[in-house]
Amino acid sequence: MTANASPPEVQHAVARVAFARAARVEVLRMVHRARASHVGGALSMIDILAALYGPGGRLHVDARQPEWPSRDRFILSKGHACTGLYAALALAGFFPVEALSTYACEGSPLMSHASHTVDGVELSTGSLGHGLPVGGGLAYGARILGESWKTVVLLSDGELDEGSNWEAILFAGHHRLDRLWAIIDANRIQSLGTVADVLDIEPLGDKFRAFGWSVREVDGHDVEALHASLDLAQPPVPGQPTVVIARTIKGRGVSFMEDRLAWHYQSPSDAQLAAALVELGADDA
Amino acid sequence: MRNEFIGALTAEAGVHGDVMLVVGDLGYSVVEQFAERHPTRFLNAGVAEQNMAGFAAGLAMAGLRPFIYSIANFPTLRCLEQIRNDIVYHRLPVTIVAVGGGLGYGGLGYSHHAVQDIACLRVLPGMLMLTPGDAVETVAVTSYLMRARRPAYLRLGKGGEPVVCGAPMVIGALGPRAVVPGGEDAVVACGNVLPLAVDAAHATGASAWSCPVWDASEECAASIRALIAQHRRVVVVEEHLVAGGFGSWVRECLEPTPELQSRVRCLALSADVCGTVAGAIALRTRGGVTLDAIVQLMR
Repeated sequence: MTANASPPEVQHAVARVAFARAARVEVLRMVHRARASHVGGALSMIDILAALYGPGGRLHVDARQPEWPSRDRFILSKGHACTGLYAALALAGFFPVEALSTYACEGSPLMSHASHTVDGVELSTGSLGHGLPVGGGLAYGARILGESWKTVVLLSDGELDEGSNWEAILFAGHHRLDRLWAIIDANRIQSLGTVADVLDIEPLGDKFRAFGWSVREVDGHDVEALHASLDLAQPPVPGQPTVVIARTIKGRGVSFMEDRLAWHYQSPSDAQLAAALVELGADDA
Repeated sequence: MRNEFIGALTAEAGVHGDVMLVVGDLGYSVVEQFAERHPTRFLNAGVAEQNMAGFAAGLAMAGLRPFIYSIANFPTLRCLEQIRNDIVYHRLPVTIVAVGGGLGYGGLGYSHHAVQDIACLRVLPGMLMLTPGDAVETVAVTSYLMRARRPAYLRLGKGGEPVVCGAPMVIGALGPRAVVPGGEDAVVACGNVLPLAVDAAHATGASAWSCPVWDASEECAASIRALIAQHRRVVVVEEHLVAGGFGSWVRECLEPTPELQSRVRCLALSADVCGTVAGAIALRTRGGVTLDAIVQLMR
């Protein structure tokens, strides 16, 4: 059976995997062109973004109307990984893919940390620990305004060192903010070492449960498992915010970048970019 | 000022359905009237100011107009980055309310002395500064806030300040307003030292001015230059450390007009107040902000 003859959901599932691959290619091109850092953390979250923004994705957004009042709100709290978000938004039609070539260029809205001047980016981030408190405000606001849209915040695991996150986690659980979803891109590596070595956050699911959250753990590179876990229509447990802990690999998709701290900082050389694009099967690799 | 503010906000919230009051587990015997009249738009966010400030940004993004309320440095310095990045950078209509601005909690020690808040907040591009001088101006700036959908910092006294402004007023513009008009010289007060400025005006024949609503715009700077241009000598007074406060801002406003600079003297707290515990007025005196000091500077 060909994809074209398949039910729409099967076509979408296939297309989401292609979306993720295309986004990885764009991320690599951006960081190579700009000689920028943070490629590892961008690649680790790409499959999550494919489940949200790819064909049939879980976020209820309209690329033609970025400010559509009823849209779901997505906040990238790990703003240093913005190349992943910019690539996903471009591929989803929020702005032309060609605009990605201006990433980190003088005067471009595509700054090297997430910028709200870009269509589809709700909140400028960069300093860690900001996204979840703002997400709590959005979710609480939606509740008292009688709105049905949801708020999704994507955080890194290293970012959970920030105390502001735990203030927000306590708050959301206490106030039963079931319109709020957090996704943890748990790639196990932070700036100067592994999360386990720097400040161990495990058992992470138990911590969230203790704060009154519904917890799902998923393979963060299984796009369909992510898609299934991120059905925002109803909270898995009414009255509880939901966290999806996505177990991921830093640098996912490029063998020589995977699970290596250096790619938090390093930018690929010409030869490394070429090799990475071949691995990803880029059309012009 | 705090009781008058909560009273005014409670009334405004009856008209403006988007107003929300979020407190940082403080406000006992002050905030209850708002909570009782608008229970769905009142929230105690707990002792968690970073979350409170970010949360308020989210509320504003959702379409609400939150006021976050706590005392002294808690809603400002503790969460300065949330104010800078989440609220002001995104130009969200959140008002940060600090009770006890200056030395209002003098007896509670340095942790409760808000004497660097203006320096930290006025430098955030787009921030509206609200520094009413008494309860009457407090009500007026609360009304002004309903017409200004932008980030704002409201610095209030702890309570019991003398009322010097008389009849209720409408504040329609940024910049200084005359409280005691007519003198060749002038005393310009920022916030809760307005009664001191009025006393100095009466003692010297100077005019007294308050500056209840201001920001870093050129429009506001021009209003300061216009005030100074019409006076022979001007003393600027505030309950804040010398570094970075209202007086510093006034001096910055005069950068394009060097001929006006020598007319201005600034009176603010010396760092001697840091680490000293006393009643608010005694501590202000120890910091050098007194009627005598103003009069001396007028000579």
